[in-house]
Amino acid sequence: MSAAAAVAPATASTTPITGAVVRDLSYAEAIREAMAIALERDPRVVLMGEDIGVYGGAFQVTGDLVHRFGPDRVMDTPISELGGAGVAVGAALTGLRPIFEFQFSDFATLAMEQIVNQAAKLRFMLGGAVSVPVVMRFPAGSGTGAAAQHSQSLEAWFGHVPGLKVVQPATPHDAKGLLLAAVHDPDPVMIFEHKLLYKTKGPVPEGHYTVPIGEAAVCRPGRDVTVVASAVMVPRALDAATQLAADGIDAEVIDLRTIRPLDRETLIASVAKTTRLVCVYEGVKTLGVGAEVSALIAESEAFDYLDAPIVRVGGAEVPIPYSPELEKAAVPQTADIAAAVRRVVRGAV
Amino acid sequence: MQPVAMANRPFAIRHYDADTLRNALRRMLLIRRFEEAAEDSYMRGLVHGTMHLSIGQEASAVGACLPLDDTDMITSTHRGHGHCIAKGADVARMFAEFFGKETGYCRGRGGSMHIADVSKGNLGANGIVGGGLPIAVGAALTAKRLGTGAVVVCFFGDGANNEGAFHESLNMAAIWKLPVLFVCENNHYGMSMAMDRASAVAAVADRAAAYAMPGVRVDGNDLSAVAEACHDAVARARVGDGPSLIECVTYRWRGHSKSDRNRYRTKEEIETWVARDPVRRFAALLMDHGLLNATDFDVLERSVADEISAGVAFAKSSPNPDPVLLTRDVYTDLAA
Repeated sequence: MSAAAAVAPATASTTPITGAVVRDLSYAEAIREAMAIALERDPRVVLMGEDIGVYGGAFQVTGDLVHRFGPDRVMDTPISELGGAGVAVGAALTGLRPIFEFQFSDFATLAMEQIVNQAAKLRFMLGGAVSVPVVMRFPAGSGTGAAAQHSQSLEAWFGHVPGLKVVQPATPHDAKGLLLAAVHDPDPVMIFEHKLLYKTKGPVPEGHYTVPIGEAAVCRPGRDVTVVASAVMVPRALDAATQLAADGIDAEVIDLRTIRPLDRETLIASVAKTTRLVCVYEGVKTLGVGAEVSALIAESEAFDYLDAPIVRVGGAEVPIPYSPELEKAAVPQTADIAAAVRRVVRGAV
Repeated sequence: MQPVAMANRPFAIRHYDADTLRNALRRMLLIRRFEEAAEDSYMRGLVHGTMHLSIGQEASAVGACLPLDDTDMITSTHRGHGHCIAKGADVARMFAEFFGKETGYCRGRGGSMHIADVSKGNLGANGIVGGGLPIAVGAALTAKRLGTGAVVVCFFGDGANNEGAFHESLNMAAIWKLPVLFVCENNHYGMSMAMDRASAVAAVADRAAAYAMPGVRVDGNDLSAVAEACHDAVARARVGDGPSLIECVTYRWRGHSKSDRNRYRTKEEIETWVARDPVRRFAALLMDHGLLNATDFDVLERSVADEISAGVAFAKSSPNPDPVLLTRDVYTDLAA
């Protein structure tokens, strides 16, 4: 995880903050700071979730917020994912700005009705008469030894639903900026936070700023190949790029940051320049985020520039196993990414 | 007014003035004629898809909304036309929605199962059984947090009371003492499955005990009984005493939807309930108390018929949505 701190915050598309003090914060601290700012700035903001009060959240993301803002604004919910998510939807529909935390993204399977049938569709079904400004946070991903029901990467499920926006920050800077953007957004925004990133540190400006939803970041410019990644795959792709540079391969690494809507322009411009594409994602390879990125490029003007077949490096077709070696084998590691890039660049796909 | 005689009168007669009561009767009649006209339009191929008619259940819709004002909110169900009209919707825009027209409540995007009128506090019908329950609790949370004084009536059917959403919602409303009325319209069947086959608990209202809230079972075809139970529950909710569960025992005369062949119930059973027509019953109550005569009723019938035919004409003559705008309102247009 050491590489995460090396991920430069994307500056080009970020609201500039003149003279803001920049500190090193962890990803979890950055999210907590964003929630505190949202609570301070807008009395309509409430946090809801299981054990987010005095316990501080299963991953200590809400931390001490209940002591700062009180239990009416940092609300522990019973273990009722469907009901809790639905209460957040109903509250958003009628004037509050709830930020709802799922304890693990896997538990959202219990709440899909309210997310997919209600939150995503209410505005459209009612002809634009309402909006549902709810933010939902999903601690996701493998690597913690929590096995098959606490380690999934389900973001592609949500990315398949018109009406939802889905973001997946990789850095503390983006975790804060995307959360604040989500709170301001009039539509439901799903934030997939990778559990392995919670303790990683990076530069975070003080105060309020937003990272626009729908904009990817080129976090390492390169000439030879475009590596598209998100969440914890971004530091792994950057580590791979560092190794590849020693072999004379100059990889461009793009952090998707948002998976719905995808940033078409940034992806197409990059592939048109590098002529090669490797998609890296932790979710199961079949029908995943990388499948969509691949298809987007294949259908675009960038297709004519391709010098090699597109390659996907995705999660294995298996539930996440418990044993550490098996768990690692189930999702892309730095060596897998580097190997795939070498094959693409050297024409041995 | 004789105090003793007054006390013996039904709640609605004691509590509401003649105009309010006649208006309540008019709304019941409007629901009945709206659904008959919607069914007729469907049979003649003017409306596609399906619809779930609530003919026979008008007293629970109108009775539960009687203690509410426009700032109070409701959530409704797939069988929600009555709730919509009871909360003050314009039937012309409802017909337009059925006909899939741009002038409909949802601009033709929602149809029968998604009509809402937020300006009147109607947060919408819902195509998912139990889908509106947590949303109603969320709306009640907003009311409490923002101190608006609003109360939420959450309509659902006996079918929904076996959904997880029912139990999770009642529990959360109870622990947070939220201003919400859970109004169950027990029409005896969840599609084809009879209530007594679907639940080991005989009365939905008995489930209130599990969530430490009052549970009341009333004759859902008696507008006065429904209004009385809801009036008491609204009063509790407004002073911060939390939620209530009210079970209105009623019956739908028509099938579940247009595919229903009525194989799970008998003609005799249906006829028994048709004889308990809530609209005729409430009209008779008003006549018994000198608040309505036969001429008044005819005038009311004619004005409802006029409103229905004007609504159908409006829907027929309204423009279809433009396919160029297919994806409008999937997301908020941030540039607008």
